[in-house]
Amino acid sequence: MKYKSQKVAYWFFALSMLLFGLQIIYGFIMGFAHAGFDVLHDVIPFNTARAVHTNLLVVWLLSGFMGAAYYIIPEEAQRELVSVKLAYVQLISLAVVGVISIIGFHFNYWEGRKFLEIPRPLDYLVVVNVLLFLGLILTTLFKGKRRTTTALVLSMGLLFAALLYLPGMLPFDSQVMDSFFRWWVVHLWVEGVWELIMGGILSFLLIKLTGVDREVIEKWLYVIVGLTFLSGVLGTGHHYYYIGVNKIWLIVGGIFSALEPLAFLAMALFAVNMYRKGEKKHPNKLALFWTLGAAIVSFIGAGLLGFAHTLPQTNLYTHGTLVTAMHGHLAFWGAYAMIVLAIISYSLPNMTGRKLYESTRGRMAFWMSNIGMIGMTVAFGVAGVVQVYLERRMKMEFMEVQKEVEVHFVVLIICATLFLTGITLYMIDFYKHGKPTDEALEATSN
Amino acid sequence: MLSKKQARAFFLGGTVVTFLIFIGLTVYSFGKPQDQSNYEAITESVVRGKELWETNNCMGCHTLLGEGAYYAPELTKVIDRRGKGYIKAVLMTPVDWAPNGRKMVAYGFSQEEAEDLIAFFDWIDDVDLNGFDTVVSPLAKDKN
Repeated sequence: MKYKSQKVAYWFFALSMLLFGLQIIYGFIMGFAHAGFDVLHDVIPFNTARAVHTNLLVVWLLSGFMGAAYYIIPEEAQRELVSVKLAYVQLISLAVVGVISIIGFHFNYWEGRKFLEIPRPLDYLVVVNVLLFLGLILTTLFKGKRRTTTALVLSMGLLFAALLYLPGMLPFDSQVMDSFFRWWVVHLWVEGVWELIMGGILSFLLIKLTGVDREVIEKWLYVIVGLTFLSGVLGTGHHYYYIGVNKIWLIVGGIFSALEPLAFLAMALFAVNMYRKGEKKHPNKLALFWTLGAAIVSFIGAGLLGFAHTLPQTNLYTHGTLVTAMHGHLAFWGAYAMIVLAIISYSLPNMTGRKLYESTRGRMAFWMSNIGMIGMTVAFGVAGVVQVYLERRMKMEFMEVQKEVEVHFVVLIICATLFLTGITLYMIDFYKHGKPTDEALEATSN
Repeated sequence: MLSKKQARAFFLGGTVVTFLIFIGLTVYSFGKPQDQSNYEAITESVVRGKELWETNNCMGCHTLLGEGAYYAPELTKVIDRRGKGYIKAVLMTPVDWAPNGRKMVAYGFSQEEAEDLIAFFDWIDDVDLNGFDTVVSPLAKDKN
C-alpha cells in the first residue's frame, strides 16, 4: 500500500463479503424450493428470494468494484484520494440503499423488473451515490501525477456503468419496450462496460503480479476491451430474438453474440501469457490463482456456455429455461465474482500488513468454491436440457417437468454446500488478516 | 506489430461505430412499419395490468416473453392454455394456489385487477414473437 487513503477499500470489500454471504443463503432457499422443499414460502416466497439473490449479487459486486477503484486509482494516479470522508459517506449510503431494498423486497416493495427490482425512489439514491463515487474517483485521477491506461479503462467502465443505469429508469407502457431497454442496462453492463472494469482490474493485477512491462499489458488491454465492445454491443441482439421486435435482431444478434467468446478467449490467453512471460514472481500466490482463475473461468462460463445457447435456432428452445441459469452462474462467478476476490486477495495483505500469501485455507477456498460452482453449473445444465426436451420438444406440462428435474436440484444443493464451504474459508482468511493500518504503508511496496 | 496507439484506435473506433449501428437499429426497430408488438392495441387496462405485473414482481417466479425466473410457468399464451376463467380464479383466490405442490402467493386480486392482468396477457398473446409463441403455445403443440 502506497497511500493511506487506499485503506477505505477494505471497508467496501468487507461490505462485499457480508452481502455475498447473504446472497448465498438466499440461493439455498431457492435451491430447496426447486427441490420441493419450499418451507419458507409464507415468510420468504420464491420471488422475494430471487430478487434478494440477484440484487445482492449486483450490490456486492459493485461494492467490490468500488473498493477496487479506491485501491487502484490512488496508486495509478500517484496521489491520495481527494476525500476519504466522502468515500465513507458513499460507502454508508450504498449499504443503506442495499439494506432498505432487501428489506423492502420482503414486503412486496419493488419494481418487479428482473435484475432492476430496486424501487424507483431508491433508484434516485443509487444515482446520487454513484455520482459521488465517480466524482471522487475522477477528481483523484485528473489531479494525479499520471493517467495510466489501466486507470482510464477502469474509470471509463465505472462511468459508463453509471450512465447505462439510466435507460432502466425510463417508463414505458409496452412490456416489449420495457424489456428492450432493460437489456440496455443489464446486457450492456455485464457484456460491455463491466468488462472494462474487469479488464482494468485484471491489467492492474497482472502488472503487479507478473512484472511484465506496463506498456505491453496495456496495449493488449485495449485490444481486449475493443473486442468486447465490437461483439458485445450488437450482441445485445441475442436478448431481442423472441421478445416482440423485428427479425433483424436474429441476424445481428446471432452474428455478433457468436463473436462474444472471442473477447473472453483473448482475455484468458492474455492473462496466461503474461503470467508465463513474467519474470517477477510475486509471493502472493493466492492472488495469482484468483486472477488467472477469473480469466479462465470467465471464458468457460461467459464465453463457451453463453455461446452454447446464443444462436437463434438454439435459443428458440432454451429461451426462458434453466439453461439460462446454468450460463448465468458460471459467467458471473468467473468474470466478476472471481476478479473481485482476486483484487481482495491481492490488496488485503498490503492494507493490513499481514502477509498471509500462502495458506492451505486459502488454496482450499479457491478449489472448493470453484469445484462447487462447476458442479452447480452442471446440475443447472442437466436440469435445463431435460426441461428443454421434455417441455419444448415432448410438449409436457411445466409442473410435470419440474417434478422430473427436482433431483438435479438435490445435486445442486450438494455442490452449493461445497461452494459455500470454500467461500466460508475465504471469509475466514479475510477476517484473519485483521484491520487495515497505516503501519502497512512502509511494510509493503507492491 | 500492433502499437499501443493502434490498439487504442481499434478500441475507440470499434466502440463508436458499433454503438452508432446499435442506436440506428434500435430506432429502426421501433419505427411504425416494423412494429410487431401491437402498440396501438395497448389500452388503459393493459397498462394497469402491466403495473400490477411489476409491483407484485410476477417475473420473480414466472417468465413472460421468455423472461423472468424459471420457477413457475411461462405466461405467454397462457389464455390459450388455461382460459380466462381459470386465470381469474388463480388471481383472486384468498389461499395459496398450489398445483402439484408448488405454491403461488395468494394475491387475492379484486375483480377489476384480475381483469386488468388478463387484458395485459391478452395483449402479450398478440405480439409477434418471431416463432417463440409456437414453442410455448398449446395450439402449436397440437399441430406438431
